[in-house]
Amino acid sequence: MSPAALLLLADGRFPAGGHAHSGGVEAAVAHKAVHDINSLEAFCRGRLHTTGLTTAGLAAAAAAGCDPLMLDDAADARTPVPALRAVARKLGRQMMRAARATFPSAELDRLAAERPRGAHQPIVQGIAARAAGLTPEDAACAAAYEAVGGPATAAVRLLSLDPLAASWLLARLSTEADAVAANAAGAAARVKTEGLDALPSASSPLLDITAEQHAAWTVRLFAS
Amino acid sequence: MHLDHPVTMPHRHTYSAEPLRADGSLRAFRVGLGGPVGSGKTASVAALCRTLRDRLSLAVVTNDIYTREDAEFLLREAVLPPERITAVETGACPHTAIRDDISANLEAVEHFDQTLDPLDLVLVESGGDNLTATFSKGLVDVQIFVIDVSSGDDIPRKGGPGITNADLLVVNKTDLAPHVGADLATMAADAERQRGALPVVFTSLTSDDGIREIADWITGHLTRWRAKAAA
Ligand SMILES: Nc1nc2c(ncn2[C@@H]2O[C@H](COP(=O)(O)OP(=O)(O)OP(=O)(O)O)[C@@H](O)[C@H]2O)c(=O)[nH]1
Ligand SMILES: [Mg+2]
Repeated sequence: MSPAALLLLADGRFPAGGHAHSGGVEAAVAHKAVHDINSLEAFCRGRLHTTGLTTAGLAAAAAAGCDPLMLDDAADARTPVPALRAVARKLGRQMMRAARATFPSAELDRLAAERPRGAHQPIVQGIAARAAGLTPEDAACAAAYEAVGGPATAAVRLLSLDPLAASWLLARLSTEADAVAANAAGAAARVKTEGLDALPSASSPLLDITAEQHAAWTVRLFAS
Repeated sequence: MHLDHPVTMPHRHTYSAEPLRADGSLRAFRVGLGGPVGSGKTASVAALCRTLRDRLSLAVVTNDIYTREDAEFLLREAVLPPERITAVETGACPHTAIRDDISANLEAVEHFDQTLDPLDLVLVESGGDNLTATFSKGLVDVQIFVIDVSSGDDIPRKGGPGITNADLLVVNKTDLAPHVGADLATMAADAERQRGALPVVFTSLTSDDGIREIADWITGHLTRWRAKAAA
């Protein structure tokens, strides 16, 4: 594996559309559930162990070579609300464009042809990781990190939080993010024998509900 | 990095700015309009649509910062049918969406390319931003930077990538110059110093046909771009 390729894929500046999404934090800020660094940390920790674990499992399975179309169905099954399915596919399309330009691969081309409206983003991310020669655990790590890095950056913009405090928060969560990634990669390794049900399916009903509400706002800074 | 997939390794595409689509046909010409808040970007887009829509097939992407105001203004003014106007969300960073991570904007223009046939021209309005905001060449073919006389006649002197490098600099609201004490000759001289041979136009979009020079500049570029892509 190439550590530099993983850094490139996981970099918030990787041009795959993520900057316009808050990972649910804009809605949480509106509900005053996130209002300072401590509440942001709680939000990020919750998201890491729910959405983060689930997306990390999908990314790891894709990186391990599982059938992406079956994984895409598994991702739909793990994403109950239409708003978040739409976001996952939109981000998947955008990730696909960036990944094909960055890590050209026949597998990416095939998935782009088979899912022209976009596959779920973590699956594209997993195949991109594979194309970059990364391991399933690397892919899981990128997904888990993104599950907290996205909301933390968005909260800094929304609440004018101290970016240094937010960065420290991400460092505090890094051991947990690594553990989530290891867990997800372990589940992905069991898919061969146990089928797709081996993949995590943790969800956060409140994030689902507020995402659906947020999608109907007429005035907002972030797309989700 | 391990990028050695021996036989199946496809060619790298940029997936963005090539003038020809997969089937060999020409995509629409893309023009970016950037500039500070309130300088007249939406007014320019509306006037361009009214002037050009009988001759060209048009579509508009707006990058509103917080609301859908610009898209809704254009819809309300009925400058184009609703299926030709779309808004992109920019996550509090309008310059990122037109420069560093253009994926949402590319999706929007490509959606028009796929759903509107024929399509000649897509106007992309950036969210009102600062003097450093410019469009990526992966997103637009040419860009226009719109400033106005009422935000201070020293703006051309201050420069910045938008003022210095935009393919066309528009200094708008000249009708207000006497009221705000803006010296248009100084603005013109400063702009020339910053831009060399690059063109500058002074406009008042509240006057009849105030958009003429901008419209002619765009159609001239469109014609040359097509000739070059066909060659
Ligand atoms: N007097 C005068 N007013 C103008 C002119 N052009 C635009 N305006 C007015 O200036 C205001 C702002 O114009 P917009 O076109 O909305 O500006 P914008 O650059 O799109 O603004 P943002 O999208 O918010 O950054 C509106 O009230 C326009 O009617 C002009 O040439 N003269
Ligand atoms: Mg505007």
